[in-house]
Amino acid sequence: MVATTEQIWKILEEVTDPEIPVLTIIDLGIVRDVKIDGEEIEVIITPTYSGCPAMNMIEVNIKAVLQEKGFHPIKVTTILSPAWTTDWLSEAGREKLTKYGIAPPVQGAYDKSALFSAERVVPCPHCNSSNTSMISLFGSTACKSLYKCNSCLEPFDYFKCH
Amino acid sequence: MNNNLLNYVLQISDNAMILGHRLSEWCGHGPILEQDIALTNIALDLIGQARSLYQYAATVDGQGKTEDDLAYLRIETKYKNVLLVEQPNGHFGSTIVRQFLFDAYHYAFYKALVNSADETLSAIAEKSLKEVTYHLRFSSEWMIRLGDGTEESHQKMQDALNSLWAFTGELFEMSDADTSALEAGYGVDLSSVKSFWDEKISEILKMATLEKPEEAWMQSGGKQGRHTEHLGYILTEMQYMQRTYPGQEW
Ligand SMILES: [Zn+2]
Repeated sequence: MVATTEQIWKILEEVTDPEIPVLTIIDLGIVRDVKIDGEEIEVIITPTYSGCPAMNMIEVNIKAVLQEKGFHPIKVTTILSPAWTTDWLSEAGREKLTKYGIAPPVQGAYDKSALFSAERVVPCPHCNSSNTSMISLFGSTACKSLYKCNSCLEPFDYFKCH
Repeated sequence: MNNNLLNYVLQISDNAMILGHRLSEWCGHGPILEQDIALTNIALDLIGQARSLYQYAATVDGQGKTEDDLAYLRIETKYKNVLLVEQPNGHFGSTIVRQFLFDAYHYAFYKALVNSADETLSAIAEKSLKEVTYHLRFSSEWMIRLGDGTEESHQKMQDALNSLWAFTGELFEMSDADTSALEAGYGVDLSSVKSFWDEKISEILKMATLEKPEEAWMQSGGKQGRHTEHLGYILTEMQYMQRTYPGQEW
């Protein structure tokens, strides 16, 4: 079955991140390109983190969703450069994250090498208070840090800048 | 097959693999939950970097091997990691000292490797550098917190620093693979890495109120496959499954 790239991009919106299921791989900016050569469809993806355990599953899911729709053969190629950055997270993705209880990355560059978490304020995704503090630079998955809100006292995940 | 390139890639991947494995030993044993998670997150980053590098090494090798063959089926003398990364975890403070000494090197090394003429190495370096930036910040913070902490924590950090110091010289030794990589335009000049490292170490040790150990005799041999007795134990545990059930898959 011959497809258009627009069609494939649309279908790929059905593939979500196994660890943050509210985000699609399109929201995350993981899909870098779609190429069609006759019947063959090539999806080019880039990992968020080197050791991200979700990448294998994402590859399997991309193949599954396209095969279900009758496309064949499908090739998934992983590229490393340009390196994935949280700047590629879509506006829709940022909104979905906040609703899900994860603070989206604070936009704009900041000095990641600054000691003792001297970065900008991360607003609480529950009550929007800016009185929050970091508990740990490393959280439940590679892409997150652990924060707590000093106003509503809820802990929350922060999708850290990368 | 380009033997120099293969050896060069293995030097880089073996460092990431062995340190990643060492850190993974902390899983479930960290002093508090957050630090347990932090150390295992760093382990995951390093093992992920090692995977990308082993995949590339397998391609360069061109003999149909996979990333897993390189990690699980090479013997001790074929491993090219520096001696520092195979040293035992000790207490949390000594793990932090080992991590800090390596992170400062790793950060400057990848920063330079981004300019490699080899596209794959450059891409892996660009990706890894972002991760190592977080590692260096984490280990620097703990150096300061524990060095400038209580009398006991200060002493433990100073002791750990003194005993690991002998393994830092090797980081900047140019092996044959390093030299040929540099000449071919895809390698890194380790003397420029050393200037960054010296500066970073002095800056953080000062904030941590720790004394920089005096220059003394340095251990080396890892890049040539001559390891301390610790590597054998690591590989025994890491490779056990593949050695016992060859070709076993999940
Ligand atoms: Zn709140």
